[in-house]
Amino acid sequence: MIKVLHPGIYSSVQDLGRFGHAKMGIPSAGAMDQLSSQLGNVLLANQKNDAVIEITFGMAILEFTSDAFFCLTGADFSQKLNGVPIQTQVVYQASKGSILSFGQRKFGARTYVAVQGGVISEVVLNSRSFMNGITSKMRLQKGDLLAIGDSKSLDPKVSAILIDEHHFFNSELECFPGPEYDQLQKNQKKRLMDCFTISEDNNRVGYRLNEIIENKLDPIITSAVLPGTVQLTPSGKLIVLMRDGQVTGGYPRVLQLSDQSISILSQKIMGESLRFEIKKP
Amino acid sequence: MKFELTYKPYGISAILIQWPARIDESIILDMVSFEQKIQKNKAVSETVITYHSLLVCYHQTISNINLEIQQLKKLYLINIPTEKKSHVLWQIPVCYDLSFGLDLLHLAKEKQLSVEQVIALHSQVNYFVYFIGFQPGFLYLGGLNSAIHMARKSTPRIRVDKGSVGIGGLQTGIYPQDCSGGWNLIGKSPIDFFDIEKQPPVFAKIGDQIQFYPIDLEEFFKIEKEVANGSYTLKNKLL
Repeated sequence: MIKVLHPGIYSSVQDLGRFGHAKMGIPSAGAMDQLSSQLGNVLLANQKNDAVIEITFGMAILEFTSDAFFCLTGADFSQKLNGVPIQTQVVYQASKGSILSFGQRKFGARTYVAVQGGVISEVVLNSRSFMNGITSKMRLQKGDLLAIGDSKSLDPKVSAILIDEHHFFNSELECFPGPEYDQLQKNQKKRLMDCFTISEDNNRVGYRLNEIIENKLDPIITSAVLPGTVQLTPSGKLIVLMRDGQVTGGYPRVLQLSDQSISILSQKIMGESLRFEIKKP
Repeated sequence: MKFELTYKPYGISAILIQWPARIDESIILDMVSFEQKIQKNKAVSETVITYHSLLVCYHQTISNINLEIQQLKKLYLINIPTEKKSHVLWQIPVCYDLSFGLDLLHLAKEKQLSVEQVIALHSQVNYFVYFIGFQPGFLYLGGLNSAIHMARKSTPRIRVDKGSVGIGGLQTGIYPQDCSGGWNLIGKSPIDFFDIEKQPPVFAKIGDQIQFYPIDLEEFFKIEKEVANGSYTLKNKLL
């Protein structure tokens, strides 16, 4: 088991998400940076959909109450096992009573703790991903105990993998024209190619950007939206919807991020800049 | 009846099919029958209906978008007998007491109606369920009498109770969870519109109808108790 000694700012259990229920208004949820969450599972020979702990902005303290192989992926927050610095993207074995803690941020925003056998928490509509109103919890709290799935001895062929700098330091986000892209005027399309910065209002639901694009587009009749949809609000600011975003919306959908770009964006923090690299689908 | 549809890629693993941009029950029913045909395709992971568009999501990247669109266009025109869905009229108790209907007096004054008239106008209609979205279990309803259309509040309330019934612009609806919201509140229903313990968690389906009937405070608390202990059965009839 893993015991939560301190949940940090925002920690939750996530797998790849809850699909097929948007027609009831249920967001998909799931790990924000799915490239990183899957990488941890791959290194531990887990299934790619096994649940992991997503820690936003470090600060958390976890205790292994039994022996376990684990791997951290995603953001680097100067993590330590029993006070000894450890690296991300390397498989470690924690013995019973080991303490995992996080310190100063080096890069990224979200760290994933994958354990061999996966984190076992309640399954609601085929997913363990925490979600407000769907699972009984939306975030981990002090004292929570998380079970770990059955694990065999681990003899990994690859027990570490180099960090892909592109994933954490690249500011170009690959995306495609959204359903209302064609309604934009020439100068608005041009503005979309400029640099944007992330506002303080960024979380699992969406990332609001600071810059303003002059906008005279009418709101649309409520229609479907997806994680990665970039909406142009009446104020001229852009919102990038993320994994917990609602399933319908009424703002023009000007761009759609690729899945990889959603993962890249979810490792960025307030003040960081980005550019949209618009491709034809 | 067939409509003029447009097909647009939405990212690399979804296609958005759009009907003429209007709010129309016949468009909803046409989307439901097209959706039934599309759902037979194993490559499709999920479909989402909204007012005039049907989003088709695929498990994987669509390798040839033009080909996929051509196939959808053909599928739309094929007349396969689809299962006739039976639709239900749900009778929803609503308490229009002023302790719940925080904006009822204001709305009545603005519309130069009595509170009783507003309640009568709101509860005499069978509302059509267009689709579910915004929040788990939030029903988009059509049919609100134009005499009680009322713009959203300029500043949303930080907290609106679950079950609150509101009017926002041309729409009326029920908040299925506690949340912040800008609709004018006119009452509250003791019914759960989203219950994750139930299968399915939302009782209403696209194409069903909703009727509100007024109850007093005493009945509200009685039903609220029954809902909590699981003994309440929602009144409904087949359409």
